[in-house]
Amino acid sequence: MEERLRRTMMFVPGNNPGMIKDAGIYGADSIMFDLEDSVSLAEKYAARALVYEALQTVDYGDTELVVRINGIGTPYIDNDIRAMVKAGIDVIRLPKTETAEMVKELEKKVAAAEKEFGREEGSTKLMAAIESAKGVLHTEEIATASDRMIGMALSAEDYTTDMKTHRYPDGAELEFARNMILHACRAAGIAAFDTVFTNMNDVEGFRRETEHIHELGFDGKSLINPRQIDWVNEIYAPKKEDIFKAQRIIAALKEAEENGSGVVSMDGQMVDRPVVLRAQRTIALAKASNMLNERGEYIEK
Amino acid sequence: MKNKVNREIPESVLNKGYKPYGEEVEKVVQRVAPTVHTSDGSGKLCDSIADVVKKTLKDGMTISFHHHFRAGDHVFNLVMREIIDQGIKDLTLAPSSLHAVMNDLVIEGINKGTITKIETSGMRGSLGEVVSHGALKEPVVFRSHGARARAIESGRVKIDVAFLGVPIADKYGNANGMEGDAAFGSLGYALVDAQYADRVVLLTDNIVDAPHTPASIKQTQVDYVVKVDEVGDPDKIGSGATRFTKDPKELKIAQMANEVIVNSPYFKDGFSFQTGSGAAALAVARYLKQDMIKHDIKASFALGGITSPIVDLAKEGLVRKVMDVQDFDKGAADSMMNNANQQEIDASWYADPDNKGSMTDQVDVVILSALEIDTKFNVNVMTGSDGVIRGAIGGHQDCSAGGKLVIVTAPLTRGRLATVVRDVTNVTTPGSTIDVLVTEYGVAINPERKDLVEKLSKVPGLPIIDINELADKAEKLVGKPEPLKFKDNTVGIIEYRDGTVIDTIKEVDD
Repeated sequence: MEERLRRTMMFVPGNNPGMIKDAGIYGADSIMFDLEDSVSLAEKYAARALVYEALQTVDYGDTELVVRINGIGTPYIDNDIRAMVKAGIDVIRLPKTETAEMVKELEKKVAAAEKEFGREEGSTKLMAAIESAKGVLHTEEIATASDRMIGMALSAEDYTTDMKTHRYPDGAELEFARNMILHACRAAGIAAFDTVFTNMNDVEGFRRETEHIHELGFDGKSLINPRQIDWVNEIYAPKKEDIFKAQRIIAALKEAEENGSGVVSMDGQMVDRPVVLRAQRTIALAKASNMLNERGEYIEK
Repeated sequence: MKNKVNREIPESVLNKGYKPYGEEVEKVVQRVAPTVHTSDGSGKLCDSIADVVKKTLKDGMTISFHHHFRAGDHVFNLVMREIIDQGIKDLTLAPSSLHAVMNDLVIEGINKGTITKIETSGMRGSLGEVVSHGALKEPVVFRSHGARARAIESGRVKIDVAFLGVPIADKYGNANGMEGDAAFGSLGYALVDAQYADRVVLLTDNIVDAPHTPASIKQTQVDYVVKVDEVGDPDKIGSGATRFTKDPKELKIAQMANEVIVNSPYFKDGFSFQTGSGAAALAVARYLKQDMIKHDIKASFALGGITSPIVDLAKEGLVRKVMDVQDFDKGAADSMMNNANQQEIDASWYADPDNKGSMTDQVDVVILSALEIDTKFNVNVMTGSDGVIRGAIGGHQDCSAGGKLVIVTAPLTRGRLATVVRDVTNVTTPGSTIDVLVTEYGVAINPERKDLVEKLSKVPGLPIIDINELADKAEKLVGKPEPLKFKDNTVGIIEYRDGTVIDTIKEVDD
């Protein structure tokens, strides 16, 4: 199965009907409806109902739909889960995840809801947001706590508070957490999402941070504004020469398959499996970046 | 009978000498000339508006104004106050358009019998409400900017007195729109009035030494000059400099509209365009600029209502000439004075179908807006989804008829109202003249434009969508409204630019 691109996860406050209605038009790879921190206590029920209705009526195409529910220990979590599972959400994101047990508890609740509403067992995926020192130190066990896990995300605001620091332009305060999450995700074979960048006026800062997490190897970034989507996609777009190389590798792979050969070779050299995987990802990114025409040829922009 | 866009045109309207839209019109036309009261050397300066109204105006006449001062206009209200107070009756009000700032006095004029007929590009707010509820016995005639010029030239509209506010003039009537505290730039719409009205009255707060040049309106055309305290409020005439939108939805629409342009056959060196002043249209200008630089393409001209971003393109050498009938912001107005490549054009040169060549008939790419657009691509820019008049034709019909790639940008829904509908409330612009609709949900191409369908369908990442599907989507989002109720009474006639009737507006029944 082709790996899903998760360059952009756009946050949409669960109490904002206009943004919920339009969330699908910006080309985000994932949309995350928020029932947690962006919704005041007075609006918890209304937001849940609004997101539920939107999931029934708005066509979001093949965008991955995620909901951030209220956390373990809050009075909202059970009904958040029931409503979202009933609505057929793709992924439930657990905030403030600190242990594998929390994921397991979530999994139990989700499985029960799937049963209650006749959803296919296991169809609701999970992801965890890491927002504390404890969470960072437990990333390895959290990432593997459930077969439903598709990813982990760093949530820097709570994390830096917990660490008795705050955010700095160079991001040094996040380096350890980013690497812990990234390694845990890669080891578990799930996606790693970087934190949000909240200053919409600092486009350069946003680009710098995105370039950095792209270099580290993150799948993508959490976003607070649709305008950030294109900025991320630009940075994740493959380079022309990488596309050409990937196309040759894919062609070699095809040739090997046609010849019934288990070994892919190019220019007389064997091509390793990781190289093939990277080439496939490059082509997927090129397609998603509108760099290929309908015949799969590179087009000069 | 039904016209070519399937609108029922009542006998009462056809009896006024109108042809239904779609019928052939004369291609050889006869123009009229104004009556001239020759100069007797006694001077043109008048002491007061009261004085000039007494000298020029009688019951039953047709008077005109321009709308270049927009929300900052003081001239209209000063003059209309005096006309009402002098008890003059039964006037036809035929301005280039009506701004909301004029509404109170127009309504008072209607109520007191001063104004019994209106011919305009549009109206909004309280005036639209009262007219839509049958305040006038005679239907209002709505015309595009080009059509107004045509109607004046042909004598269909005969202006007896034109009251034209200017930010600068000399005592003989040499005037322009680009100097003075209340400068607004191009005098485009007023120039036709100055040329064809029997009596031309200039009102200004800024009388300077004669002869004043450059003179957009000339002393040969002017009967009287009146000094007033303030012709307009500079802060309300135009925004300081038009700002680019940060609204992600507008930007999304703009980005797609730009993709349509750049991937069309018209995007080549020497192309021409009109963007207008909408937020999405302005953002298109910004994206277009990047692509023009990248592909080393320069435009021969930019047309229309002009904004700072457009004059900036000219300053940077990306646009050779700015053909300017109206300026939407101070930056554009100011630059007219100093930029020799920013040419003032009158409404006839701009958009009149009955002349020897208008700019709108030459322009390649046009971006227009819509209150509603239906699955036949017919556009309504005149009435709201409640049937009430709240818009203006402006240059819409003219640009769409002439443009080679006519793009309407509009959000699929506005609040709880659908923009893309099965049938528009009123047709102002025929769908046959619209090529592409860009919404945030994707791009719908008029199926008549097979070449564009073929070309644009191949653009990676550009979502092409059937317009019927967009209407379905809109209906799913906001629901299907109850059909509107109208009375039989016709309150508005929407002329097409060639003088035929494209639609009529009925009195709303609430």
